[in-house]
Amino acid sequence: MELQIGLPLFYFLLLGFAILMYVLLDGFDLGIGILYPWFNTDAEHDHLMRSISHVWDGNETWLVFGGVILFGAFPLAYASIASLLYLPIMLMLIGLIFRGVAFEYRFKSHTSKIWWNRAFAIGSSLAAFCQGLMLGVLVQGVDADSIASSSLQWLTPFSLFTGLAVMAGYALLGCTYLTMKSRGDIQQKAARYGQRLLLFVMLAMLLVSLFTLYKQPEIRERWFGGAHSLILMLLPLMAILAARLLFRDLGRVQRQFAAEADISIRHESRPFWLAASLFLLAFAGLVAGLFPYLLPHQISFYTAAAPDSSLSFMLPGVLIFLPLILAYTLWGYHIFRGKVEDYEEGY
Amino acid sequence: MELDAALLSRLQFAFTVSFHIIFPSITIGLATLIAIWEGLWLKTGNPVYLQLAKFWIKPFAITFGMGVVSGIVLSYEFGTNFSEFSRITGAVLGPLMAYEVLTAFFLEAGFLGIMLFGWQRVGPKLHFMATVVVAVGTWISAFWIIAANSWMHTPAGHIIVDGVFQVDSWWQVIFNPSMPYRFTHMLLAAFITGTFVVLATSAWQLRHSEHKNMARKGLSMTLWLALILTPLQAYVGDLHGLNVKEHQPVKLAAMEGIWAEREAGAPLLLFAIPDRVAEKNHFEIGIPKLASLILTHDPDGELMGLKAVPADERPNVAVVFFSFRVMVGIGVLMILTAFAGAFLRWRGTLYQSRWFLTACSYLAPSGIIAVLAGWYVVEVGRQPWLVHGLVRTIDVVSPLPAERVLFSLTLFVLTYSLLFGVYLYFMRKLIRKGPPPMEKLSQQLIGVKASGYAVALAKHIKPEQEQR
Repeated sequence: MELQIGLPLFYFLLLGFAILMYVLLDGFDLGIGILYPWFNTDAEHDHLMRSISHVWDGNETWLVFGGVILFGAFPLAYASIASLLYLPIMLMLIGLIFRGVAFEYRFKSHTSKIWWNRAFAIGSSLAAFCQGLMLGVLVQGVDADSIASSSLQWLTPFSLFTGLAVMAGYALLGCTYLTMKSRGDIQQKAARYGQRLLLFVMLAMLLVSLFTLYKQPEIRERWFGGAHSLILMLLPLMAILAARLLFRDLGRVQRQFAAEADISIRHESRPFWLAASLFLLAFAGLVAGLFPYLLPHQISFYTAAAPDSSLSFMLPGVLIFLPLILAYTLWGYHIFRGKVEDYEEGY
Repeated sequence: MELDAALLSRLQFAFTVSFHIIFPSITIGLATLIAIWEGLWLKTGNPVYLQLAKFWIKPFAITFGMGVVSGIVLSYEFGTNFSEFSRITGAVLGPLMAYEVLTAFFLEAGFLGIMLFGWQRVGPKLHFMATVVVAVGTWISAFWIIAANSWMHTPAGHIIVDGVFQVDSWWQVIFNPSMPYRFTHMLLAAFITGTFVVLATSAWQLRHSEHKNMARKGLSMTLWLALILTPLQAYVGDLHGLNVKEHQPVKLAAMEGIWAEREAGAPLLLFAIPDRVAEKNHFEIGIPKLASLILTHDPDGELMGLKAVPADERPNVAVVFFSFRVMVGIGVLMILTAFAGAFLRWRGTLYQSRWFLTACSYLAPSGIIAVLAGWYVVEVGRQPWLVHGLVRTIDVVSPLPAERVLFSLTLFVLTYSLLFGVYLYFMRKLIRKGPPPMEKLSQQLIGVKASGYAVALAKHIKPEQEQR
């Protein structure tokens, strides 16, 4: 019995890892797309694009990875969830298409530049919003018959709210990325917006948590019954602490810039890691509530798991290639480390 | 008229996958050529190779970008539009795609950033390595996706438990009977497609642009490549055809337009109009006995015809029949071009022959059209099956409301039509703009080394500050 649960559990965790990586990595570059309209000049827009043009493709690959892990390890869940969420997935894909091609075409265009700016901003926002919508569905769950009848149950005030919340969260990640990668006005703007977004994100996390606890007695019990609830309580406490530090750091970046302090004491890259850990904690909270389900109360990871022959076939691939992927991805980020320079670089 | 969700889902998949295949077909060949040029530049120091690499890397970048965004769509469409198919074959096809992502997609994406934007950040050898890795990544990607696709044509190595596919032998699943042929055929097709895009552009540049040296080099290299690759492709295509005859005789009958249950001494039809209702061809023009000779190596050999199976197990004959002729026709044209080029080279008039260069410049989309036609033969020819002989397409479509699929299909048609126009516009723009001039090329070489990079940076920043 233990062995039968072991492999599916591994893939459940792997799926979680893939989703988390996607949310963190594409989160900051979608976030920059969401922030885009709040920056005005061509030079600022160039800068924003340059800061992510070499990584967006790799970041988006985590979305494909999540999709195929779901397909290969949990075919039943992939089939049900994908057709249930038909429209949000399609709209997300269209959004990703427009913002993806904008990277290439914008730098090669003159008269049509304004359209690529729009494609990038609207595409990124649409994709992020749809992802938030899907998150909302995962949290609230759907009726048993809604998968077969392909209803519109994914469209609720709650899921619309989570759509906006995820947009804000990605934008926050984008702000902290810019705080790390930019100088001067752009950095200051990013830090300022980051503080406001952080307040909204914390409020949204609180509301979503309260709503879930109120609506779903099982989750309430899991959080407030038994000794393990003490460990779970660490998650919100740590989140509050991270948010507190993040708010202070973003403020410090602004003040010390005004005081013309040395760059080294401004902690310009710490906000990004704090925002990332905020996401990590929120994600851990989500998984703690959802476990062992892929779709609440309907599809659990062990009922949806593919046969052993498939799970063990993928295992060496994952164990060998995933560390390699992480290594060369890190190396890629290392090569492009430091502030983004505002001049023509590359091909 | 009642809307049919199943038909709409199939149309949507056919449309989105057709759009997608255009771009990898070009980038597989183009990435390989760019890697070759960069390698030759490192080896010989001849700047014309660097110029070629630098010129083609821009069209490559936009083509690759289009391939990425249109490819993500496909990885979700299995589940959104063919949920039952995903449920029953996920354990077989999902792991193959997981390997594709693990061994190819991440690799391509990870090194693409360095290939495109890393010229001033890494040394020339490391940059060359990044380019090679991207090229090899495109081949690996083709390997896995062709393995998955081939399994749907010639399924092997599986068992069926409670209506769900499980794997008995992964080796047999991956190297299923048609996989080696399809993989070789497709990889060659992609190399040829990239080759002809470069060949056509170089021919155009020889007549209309000032970068004659680069154009001459590009034309010469691609003509040699075409001379080797196109006849080889004809040979591999023939082997692939024999494989189809063995495993999917109905598809072969549709390709050849053979109706009779068994036909001895079947002619090779050059033209005909197949009629599904009357179960025969109209206006046949053919070469007697040639089809039998090619496929059985005996002029009186017997071939199986469409009537050997019930009407509901036959594909749309006309689509398969005509697509096959388009593909073969273009193939013949390409072989003729390669030989004509070799002949002119031997005569010493290759670069002056206006008619030949003009003709070549019209061949830019030839590879893409042949690839699309070939895939229509393969995929339409498999219908009504999704997994040959085991799963019918119509049985595994998601039970979606038709309006919803119509909505997404409309969105895709609008989006892709717009983007295809944009893509052609920018390709034309980049080709007309030409390569970076030689002087600028040497400047960029300074930047390749880290110290030079700092100097270039300082130079760049100064005038900017003075302006303020």
